[in-house]
Amino acid sequence: MSFRLDTGGRFIDRSKPRSFTFNGKAMRGFEGDTLASALLGQGQMLVGRSFKYHRPRGIVASGSEEPNALMNLGRDKTFEPNARATTTELFDGLEAESQNHWPSLEFDIGELNAKLSRFLPAGFYYKMFLWPRSFWKHVYEPIIRKSAGLGRAPRHRDADHYEHFNATVDVLVVGGGIAGLQAAKAAGEAGAEVLLIEQGAHWGGRAPVDGAVIDGVPAAEWVEATVAALGAMPNVAIRARTMGAGVYDHGYALAYERLTDHAPDPSLPRHRLWRIRAGRIVTATGAIERPLSFAGNDLPGVMLASAVRDYVTNYAVAPGKCVVVVTNNDDGYRTALTVQEAGLEVVVLDARSEANGPLAEQARAAGITVRVGRGIESVKGKGKVEKVWVCDQTRDGSNPDPIKADCVAMAGGWSPVVHLWSHCGGKLSWQEDGAFFRPDPERAPNGADGAAFVLAAGAANGELETAAVLTDAYVAGARAAAEAGATGTAGAAATADVELSEPMLPVWNMPERASYALRSKAWLDYQNDVKVTDVELAAREGFESVEHTKRYTTLGMATDQGKLSNINGLAVLAGALDQEIPKVGTTTFRPPYHPISMGAIAGEARGALFQPVRQTPMYDWHDANGAHWEPVGHWRRPYAYVKPGEDVHAAVKREVLATRNSLGLLDASTLGKLVVKGPDAGKFMDMMYTNMMSTLPVGKCRYGLMCSENGFLSDDGVVARMDDDTWLCHTTTGGADRIHAHMEEWLQTEWWDWKVYVANVTEQYAQVAVVGPNARKVLEKLGGMDVSKEALPFMQWAEGAIGQFSARVFRISFSGELSYEIAVPASQGRAFWDALLEAGSEFGVTPYGTEALHIMRAEKGFIMIGDETDGTVIPQDLGLNWAISKKKEDFLGKRAQERDHMTDPLRWKLVGLETLDGSVLPDGSYAVGEGVNDNGQRVVQGRVTSTYFSPTLERGIAMGLVELGPDRMGEVIAFNRVDGTFVQAKIVDPVVFDPEGEKQNV
Amino acid sequence: MLILKCPYCGVACDETELHAGGEAHLTRHGPGSSDADFEEYLFMRENPRGVHFERWRHVYGCGKWFHAARDTATLEVFGTYSAQVAEPPKDVRAAITAKVPGWRWRDLS
Ligand SMILES: [Zn+2]
Repeated sequence: MSFRLDTGGRFIDRSKPRSFTFNGKAMRGFEGDTLASALLGQGQMLVGRSFKYHRPRGIVASGSEEPNALMNLGRDKTFEPNARATTTELFDGLEAESQNHWPSLEFDIGELNAKLSRFLPAGFYYKMFLWPRSFWKHVYEPIIRKSAGLGRAPRHRDADHYEHFNATVDVLVVGGGIAGLQAAKAAGEAGAEVLLIEQGAHWGGRAPVDGAVIDGVPAAEWVEATVAALGAMPNVAIRARTMGAGVYDHGYALAYERLTDHAPDPSLPRHRLWRIRAGRIVTATGAIERPLSFAGNDLPGVMLASAVRDYVTNYAVAPGKCVVVVTNNDDGYRTALTVQEAGLEVVVLDARSEANGPLAEQARAAGITVRVGRGIESVKGKGKVEKVWVCDQTRDGSNPDPIKADCVAMAGGWSPVVHLWSHCGGKLSWQEDGAFFRPDPERAPNGADGAAFVLAAGAANGELETAAVLTDAYVAGARAAAEAGATGTAGAAATADVELSEPMLPVWNMPERASYALRSKAWLDYQNDVKVTDVELAAREGFESVEHTKRYTTLGMATDQGKLSNINGLAVLAGALDQEIPKVGTTTFRPPYHPISMGAIAGEARGALFQPVRQTPMYDWHDANGAHWEPVGHWRRPYAYVKPGEDVHAAVKREVLATRNSLGLLDASTLGKLVVKGPDAGKFMDMMYTNMMSTLPVGKCRYGLMCSENGFLSDDGVVARMDDDTWLCHTTTGGADRIHAHMEEWLQTEWWDWKVYVANVTEQYAQVAVVGPNARKVLEKLGGMDVSKEALPFMQWAEGAIGQFSARVFRISFSGELSYEIAVPASQGRAFWDALLEAGSEFGVTPYGTEALHIMRAEKGFIMIGDETDGTVIPQDLGLNWAISKKKEDFLGKRAQERDHMTDPLRWKLVGLETLDGSVLPDGSYAVGEGVNDNGQRVVQGRVTSTYFSPTLERGIAMGLVELGPDRMGEVIAFNRVDGTFVQAKIVDPVVFDPEGEKQNV
Repeated sequence: MLILKCPYCGVACDETELHAGGEAHLTRHGPGSSDADFEEYLFMRENPRGVHFERWRHVYGCGKWFHAARDTATLEVFGTYSAQVAEPPKDVRAAITAKVPGWRWRDLS
């Protein structure tokens, strides 16, 4: 069992005890602990259950590569799932809970899955779909649902806040180990603007633990001095607890800073997402140790050798009393020496046939038993390491001999962390002597200038020995600075004694010829429960591509993205396929390097700041008068004004009737207003619209249609001719910006020699539709310009004064009523609205919202962009042929509308629909035909595009697109309801109110 | 996230400031054109691995459309230039040739 040592611990402060809870149990640690070291210090080896088999799992690693120790942290509004205990710094009051267990960590029902493991092979999920459907529904799904998922989703709104930072630097150095420090120092001395970031709380990486000596002093001293030197350089910024999350095109990088996770403080942002543009990026991200694949390698107490010495050296935590170090390289001996010095028992099993390097000799001299040519047949124990069975590495594991142990330290060699190098396309090459992939500088990620913008340095570049790390990092830092434009000279590189070592021996199976029974208990991916035999099975079943094998077995697909399992899994696959490892290749490395919080991604963009809200000048009045808001684009428009004691439907009905009977007001300010002006404006208008707009007389208005080049109806609205070379185009509320961009695109990229300007003046004007039989009376009451039928007939406009307000008055109607749309300067909008309300009170003036607007236009059979159109509808489908000029040689969409498919007489066309029972047709309902199509679906012959209850007619009204619809007037067809029943509707004219247009033209 | 220099305002634009507009140098075919020509114009696009010419708009900046010549595989940018030309200017083509001898794109080389 793990325990706290009496002395030592570089990071902990024993004078500052910290209390926390784990699964509700009170525990104690020290300032400087991680949650993982504190748990181990309390003897808590069992920290979670595996994903698929619910096997007991313990802490394996000491950093972000940890696959098992995932925790639920906090509660309610600060709850967070899937936090790694190894990267969670301890604070007073921390609450942690293990995940994926039921009913408790110690007694877990799901462990049965492990007994059933032969029924849960690789590709289990895929294969299961081939089984009878009833099996899936009644047997598999309930089991999978019960056991699926790590952690659980938070139920409360996050109480913390987050932010984004933008930074532009010459050189970004990722990783604060000795390589990152050296690279940053060289780049800074050369005069570059440098940002150095380190994911953990401490600088210096592994070097102080590994006993490196730099510039003649212990690594820790060199690190401290170098950090101080960097801190004093004005052109260098350094940030701990900031992880390089991703590298993207052209020197863009994301970093993830955890400001308060280690010391909660609600006044500060919890996380910060850095959006960085760097001239050059140096990845000094170190290397990760690999596990070894032997039976029982997932028992709590089996750890990475480097993690064992991290816990002993940094936290004074012993993972056990009797440690077996199993290694295939010299580095494992560092762990043996460390644990022996801490007073623990240790035996080394070296898979190599000989071990005579300096570290091995040092271990022997210290009295440590070293057994060469040995491996582990299996590790046994009930929920923890109890016995290690030792065997000949080169054979099949027969005749093993036991050692009593409570901890196994695996030293399987090192893999450079190449993730950031690879995110943006950097390629790798296989290094035979270390059995790892390293960045290939000939195939680096390229920037805009065609040159490499990422430089790997130190262990991340495959240099695993201190002196080489420092030299490599110095060169990378100086080069990055020079390439980013710095002209100074870097000082001297730090030096270290050369460390001699013997070659490592790649070990992918332990023992080499392990039986199936052993291999089926050897784990590759701890988090997703993938074993050696799963990968072998995938290979046998024909999954030759590593990307396919990954998905089939789920190897490397858990939240650790295969940091521990990647190379071991590849090697097993290569072995099963009888191929070279580099031929098999790696899977794709994708950002983020390590999971980052959703809060950090969102940053400040939440609540009111999520996106800007566009408000008309009358917004406050609407808000104070019961507006039921509807988002339209970025605008908020009143859907209806709900009075006390009224529901929204009653409000809509009241608004329609009041407008039809007397006087309604609509805030139409959101309608798009584009001014098109210039000597060639008429020619341009004729290209933009299907109608002839160049001949529109000054002072007149015309309803126009705009199509895309492929013929589909894109927007509509009334165009007014302002003067000889100026047209004002009204667009839909949602279409203003889009149509403005559409016009600019054609002007700039096709007809750039035409002399035309387009200006979007939507927000310069407030616009009010004054609608109803009493519309003229209220304007006359306000006084000013002549708004009589004679002076201002239907479909004309005039400029003048309404009361005190200078106005443009358009005699246009979207309701079928007598209607004036009046534009005043935006600054006058609210005052004008108030004046209309006051003058209109004697007529029972009623502001109405978008729903009343929609109902009244539907009663008149007017189409609505987005209801009657969906990007596949042409004007001809809507009976709008009258608005398509036959005289014009060309307009956008004309050629496309001549295509076969567009002239097909069987295209669905617009009609009105009247239910026989007066009910409202369901929105989106389909008109069903006879029989079924090739997919066994019911044949359809049309669909509903708009459907409302008409307060005017006191029954349902609808429009729809129906095959040969206009030729089938009076025919009754069936529309489906979601409950499987049908409703009968008669095909009628779309105009159901005032078909002669008498009311609007008075 | 790409950086492209807007040839109008001179700003080195972040991709988030830009709107991508697809292939550059299309020839518009309107009424009177053959079905084949119209189909080619409306639907058929190059999808090269390598040298490509694209339309971009500096939409959250000066609002101007421009053209970019870049490599879709290496992401190298050979140059940006006015949208108001029917084919890439000589200096841009020379810059491409210097980096990618023997390049071809539609009828250009
Ligand atoms: Zn610009």
